[in-house]
Amino acid sequence: MNKIPNRQAICDVLVQKAASDKDIVVLCSDSRGSGSMTNFANTYPEQFVEVGIAEQNLVSISAGLARCGKKAFAVSPACFLSTRSMEQIKVDVAYNNTNVTLIGISGGVSYGALGMTHHSTNDIAAMASNPNMRVYLPSDRFQTEKLVQALLKDEKPAYIRVGRNPVEDVYDENFSFELNRASLICEGNDVAIIACGEMVAAAKNAAALLKGKGVSARVIDMYCVKPIDRAAVLKAAKETKGIITVEEHTVFGGLGSMVSQITAAECPARVVNLTLPDEPVITGKSQEVFDYYGLNAEGIAKAAMELI
Amino acid sequence: MVNLKEKSWQIREDIVTLIHHAGSGHIGGDMSVTDILVTLYYKHMNCTPENQNDPNRDRFILSKGHSAEALYCVLADKGFFPKSDLDNYSGYKSKYIGHPSHKVNGIEMSSGSLGHGLPVSVGMALAGKMNHAPYRVYTVLGDGELAEGSVWEGVMAGAHYKLDNLTAFVDRNRLQISGSTEDVMTQGSQEERWAAFGWHVISVPGNDTDALDRAVEEAKSTKGKPTVIIANTTKGCGVSFMENKAVWHHKSLTDEEFKQAMSELEQRRAEAHE
Repeated sequence: MNKIPNRQAICDVLVQKAASDKDIVVLCSDSRGSGSMTNFANTYPEQFVEVGIAEQNLVSISAGLARCGKKAFAVSPACFLSTRSMEQIKVDVAYNNTNVTLIGISGGVSYGALGMTHHSTNDIAAMASNPNMRVYLPSDRFQTEKLVQALLKDEKPAYIRVGRNPVEDVYDENFSFELNRASLICEGNDVAIIACGEMVAAAKNAAALLKGKGVSARVIDMYCVKPIDRAAVLKAAKETKGIITVEEHTVFGGLGSMVSQITAAECPARVVNLTLPDEPVITGKSQEVFDYYGLNAEGIAKAAMELI
Repeated sequence: MVNLKEKSWQIREDIVTLIHHAGSGHIGGDMSVTDILVTLYYKHMNCTPENQNDPNRDRFILSKGHSAEALYCVLADKGFFPKSDLDNYSGYKSKYIGHPSHKVNGIEMSSGSLGHGLPVSVGMALAGKMNHAPYRVYTVLGDGELAEGSVWEGVMAGAHYKLDNLTAFVDRNRLQISGSTEDVMTQGSQEERWAAFGWHVISVPGNDTDALDRAVEEAKSTKGKPTVIIANTTKGCGVSFMENKAVWHHKSLTDEEFKQAMSELEQRRAEAHE
């Protein structure tokens, strides 16, 4: 079992690239520890900016740096970054189209028992609603690493949400990554499971359960929630009996909403959205929360059986 | 050498003409901030249409973005774009919108939502320090804007990082859309507030280009901390019926008002020319 959380994978890439790229700047809001950025801060203090507990400032300073040629990575808990700084993200990053990559750490319900103040269950909706903003929820360390490497090659805004905990490996280091193209985990034509972030591993495990019941499930890793891979969605709608979407996010404005929008307009299909509910979530470790709401392999498999 | 006083009155004529033509604009704040813009663009800033892509150019951010008309008039006069472009100011599909847009030549960052310009300027000044670049960063905030908490996050960071390449102006005209700044939210001494946060503070008559000129020189020679210039201005400066009246925060002029305003401004310009 892999023990490296995705946030660590981000730091590792940035530490490696910053050796030769002096324009990479990491900014934290008293969040270098929780963001796994201590190593970067210690290795490249001249390329690290601490702003204190001030997420609005974090984003605006990042935008100012970026407008002067820097590649700014603003790292802060997803709950605060995506909503406390929403207006700075809308104006200084998205509208001004600055080269800022927002890293939302400990996303979703990662903080578990710390409660709703620390959960980010509407960050996809919030971020995706900004023109120019891209939204990524990588599923494992290998995909996270390749995503960050790819984003370093362009100069457009992006939001990456990662969880706090180590997650199962979905891929291996040789897997083929293409920016803004969904990754096909396994083929299947009975049902399609489209997932993002930590839910991809659960979807993969659900496919194995379904296989045992004689059901062939296609699993699609839609790490690129925006721009979403429309072709992959439409192909799934055409070639399977229905789609299950799975996300660590509220029911409104996330992956499920986007997939449903596409199918409704272009290829009507049965789509079931597995999400967190539109209510404060229960207390517990993130896996306990997932289990309670059926956001696990068993829950996904059950929904798939009901769908077909 | 540009006659800064004469230029300020000419820019105000351009502003009044623009707003009268467009039928809307934040005229009161435009008229109070004009001398600051003129002092920067015609005397101090290394920022011209020719060097606008030079990494070492000075940067300017209009944090009080609602004074866009004043900035557009200065940029047009400096040749960043033809003055005739402003004929369609605020018009259908125009890029010359009511708040500064980065689609317009000479504008570094779109602004308009208050409380952003100083933190963005902190980032620009930090980049300058990291790159050992010679440029300076200037930003202008409104006094009503100082109620935004994000301003003070930027104030803290500017002092923490000792950004002596950063100069902020406060256009202290003491009026905002609902009335007196002191009635809306007490400000008291902004000089003491900024000083308490570790900034070098200079307080000047803010519609006096000589005083502003000296203040910017002092800011440039101040080391180890950023400078704020509290510019004590008059809202609607230069037009008798607008001065110190909150109603002129955002308002157009009737033809009669336009004639009178232009007459007063032309007279002031002529006096400054002598």
